[in-house]
Amino acid sequence: MKIFTNLREWIDYRLPVFTFIDRELTKYPTPKNLNYLWNFGSLAGITLMVMIISGIFLAMHYDPAADKAFDSVEYIMRNVNYGWFMRYLHANGASMFFIVVYIHMFRGLYYGSYKAPRELLWMLGVVILILMMATAFMGYVLPWGQMSYWGATVITNLFSVFPFGDAIVEWLWGGFSVDSPTLNRFFVLHYLFPFLIIAVVGLHLIALHQHGSNNPVGIECKEPTDKIPFHPYYTVKDLFGLGVFALIWSYFIFFNPNFFGEPDNYIPANPLVTPPHIVPEWYFLPFYAILRSIPNKLFGVIAMFGAVLVLFFLPWLDRSKVRSATFRPIFKWVFWTFVVDCLILGYVGGHSPDYIYEATGISNQFLGQITTFYYFSFFFIMLPLLGMYEKPLPLPASISQVKHPKKRKRFFVLFFLSSLSPLLGNDTPSLSYQTWSFQGPFGTFDRKDLQQGFQIYKEVCAACHGLKHLRFRDLAALGYTPEEIKAIAAEYKIATVNDEGDAIERPALPTDTFPGPYKNEQAARAANNGALPPDLSLITKARVGGPDYVYALLTEYESAPPKDVEVAKGMHYNPVFPGGQIAMIPPLIDGLVTYDNGEKPSLNQMAKDVVTFLAWTAEPELETRKSMGYKVLIYFLVFTILMYFVMKLIWRRVK
Amino acid sequence: MTKTSSENALKKDPTRRDFLLLTAGAVGTVGAAYFAWPFIDSMNPAADILAQSTVDVDLAPIPEGQAITVVWRGKPIFVRHRTAAEIQEAEKTPLSDLIDPEPDKERVKKDHTPWLIVVGICTHLGCIPTGNTPTQNRGKYGGWLCPCHGSLYDTSGRVRRGPAPLNLVIPPYTFLTDTTIRIGMGEGEA
Ligand code: FES
Repeated sequence: MKIFTNLREWIDYRLPVFTFIDRELTKYPTPKNLNYLWNFGSLAGITLMVMIISGIFLAMHYDPAADKAFDSVEYIMRNVNYGWFMRYLHANGASMFFIVVYIHMFRGLYYGSYKAPRELLWMLGVVILILMMATAFMGYVLPWGQMSYWGATVITNLFSVFPFGDAIVEWLWGGFSVDSPTLNRFFVLHYLFPFLIIAVVGLHLIALHQHGSNNPVGIECKEPTDKIPFHPYYTVKDLFGLGVFALIWSYFIFFNPNFFGEPDNYIPANPLVTPPHIVPEWYFLPFYAILRSIPNKLFGVIAMFGAVLVLFFLPWLDRSKVRSATFRPIFKWVFWTFVVDCLILGYVGGHSPDYIYEATGISNQFLGQITTFYYFSFFFIMLPLLGMYEKPLPLPASISQVKHPKKRKRFFVLFFLSSLSPLLGNDTPSLSYQTWSFQGPFGTFDRKDLQQGFQIYKEVCAACHGLKHLRFRDLAALGYTPEEIKAIAAEYKIATVNDEGDAIERPALPTDTFPGPYKNEQAARAANNGALPPDLSLITKARVGGPDYVYALLTEYESAPPKDVEVAKGMHYNPVFPGGQIAMIPPLIDGLVTYDNGEKPSLNQMAKDVVTFLAWTAEPELETRKSMGYKVLIYFLVFTILMYFVMKLIWRRVK
Repeated sequence: MTKTSSENALKKDPTRRDFLLLTAGAVGTVGAAYFAWPFIDSMNPAADILAQSTVDVDLAPIPEGQAITVVWRGKPIFVRHRTAAEIQEAEKTPLSDLIDPEPDKERVKKDHTPWLIVVGICTHLGCIPTGNTPTQNRGKYGGWLCPCHGSLYDTSGRVRRGPAPLNLVIPPYTFLTDTTIRIGMGEGEA
């Protein structure tokens, strides 16, 4: 032990890391009355680290070339060990990061944490927010799905409003449209920016430690008993907060991994077709709403950027000397109205501008304009005026003299939940919902359905649809033996080149992916009246409504279209398909195939089996994911409860 | 500060406190270790690479005294058709002369003694030894010669002069027929 103390002193004398840790982490005096809202700073820091770690490991497998990116992401999901875990951790992590940071910022706003002498602390925070937004945007482009591509196109085109706009946009793209060079530089910058964020976080922390944390009362700590050392009080409290946060994050990773995502992003980028509804990620929706509310391109873009940049001036727009909203009776209400306003803006941004609210008869566009107006008037009218005319309540002499009202926590829980609300209200088409063996938190695939579904794919769908992300050996999950898989694979031919350089075909091996039915896209279109039969590997993930949509599509063809519908030549009427006309002939009819047990299945039975199979091809990790999820949830539950008791135990000392 | 009063409070119940703190610490540490595992494991060969197929090699076209190189799992595999003299040479070498003693009969399949199949990677630091094509130098012991630091291998692929410490590795393989082998699949595997 003596030797360690000596070594420690030897190092510390030359490089004072231990003194630093002791001063800034262990002894660092912190107000004793911080509530749970002060947890979000450390949560943001932890999230940043987790994002960087998972990102680095994902980057080891990701391929930033336009023709490889989408497939490499699927490769990560299916072949890399724990690849699906890393990707879902990272993708949901972006949403978690923004939830945490937004709450952190609203907390700062409520308690006036940006007021003198913490103006630079706040402004550095805004810099972090802007870097985060850029990072998140570029990260969303990397999977190179339809949303990635068109999101990148729309966002980069924002810069066209500036002088020399076209030149700027081409410079951003490295070409005349979003393409490989764009993707490549976005990847590099997406990797670089988090390290810039770390640097700014460092400055943010230096600024924080200069004057210490603000607190819910908003007055400086005057007596020494007002402060307690950071460790162990706030380390353990942060660990408890981390437990709760990890439970929420894990829920999304393991049980609802695509909750924040868009089905369209499981369709590979197509520069010739824009998806009908393009929406940014939820954390950009309020700003997107502001952009759209203003019917002038230039001013819309200025307003959108302004909505973020105005935050830099917050410390000077708010002229009140009192920090905490607890002592500002009017500001308190204005603040909550502002929070609601931001939520409505988010909702507006998620829906088409022409959408009309039945109850009130106002259009989404108009609602967006009102809320945009309120957003800016909060900063430019309310805050300056309140500073002049609001009469604050008397401030206590010290932070120890206040009893903290409890109800505010509930407000924030409400806020947290409602911040997710824009996602729930999406206009999903009305589908009849089936019960699936794999749905719900305990669902697993029914092996018999899977095998029968595979048989239908093989005998019916495979004539036109590929399954390119699937390998023959993956069929082991369906219960096939290696010999059976070898035999199945051998039925397919793979184009290759022999030793003499001639193109030949060889039988497929279990390690091959399923070869597509056509040599190339042109051949596929030529054979199908110009339509391209989509690859089915991801189909249930790539359509709104998922398995229910595919099931409905297969079963709800109508031979006689309604009178007012003119069905074009070579097309078929299917009310489930967007537009109602589909090139695919009704693929399934009663008794089309014979199952191994001699059964002649009905149309509905066949549809159900094949959709179960396709749901498996889209999410082969589903069963592992859920079972791992339970272990993780139980672990974090135990962790959280333990930390709670440790926290109670330690905090008993604080009077 | 509040230190003295707090210490009094905790001293009342030291066992419960210690137990709680220790458990919490242990749970946290175990969790952190488990969290690290997926990332570490992600760098291991991916599922498709692990499952990478076996390679079948037709031996018929390889004349006596010559060798070919085939690729299995990204590595060169030397398939050598040994002459009677070479076999004899390999068999009669006393084990005491060897750096990594191993009799020749353990390095080939019974009834297929002319065929030596080894991973063509020097066991020193991973260079590819020369001697697998007729024009290349086979070194003093008639096997292979590593160009990097001069290791010599004999006609059984055994190291005869360092710095390489071990004999050339024998990959798993099986004779499907008398003239075809499957590399990557051990004897008796399906
Ligand atoms: S690598 Fe072959 S002798 Fe060093």
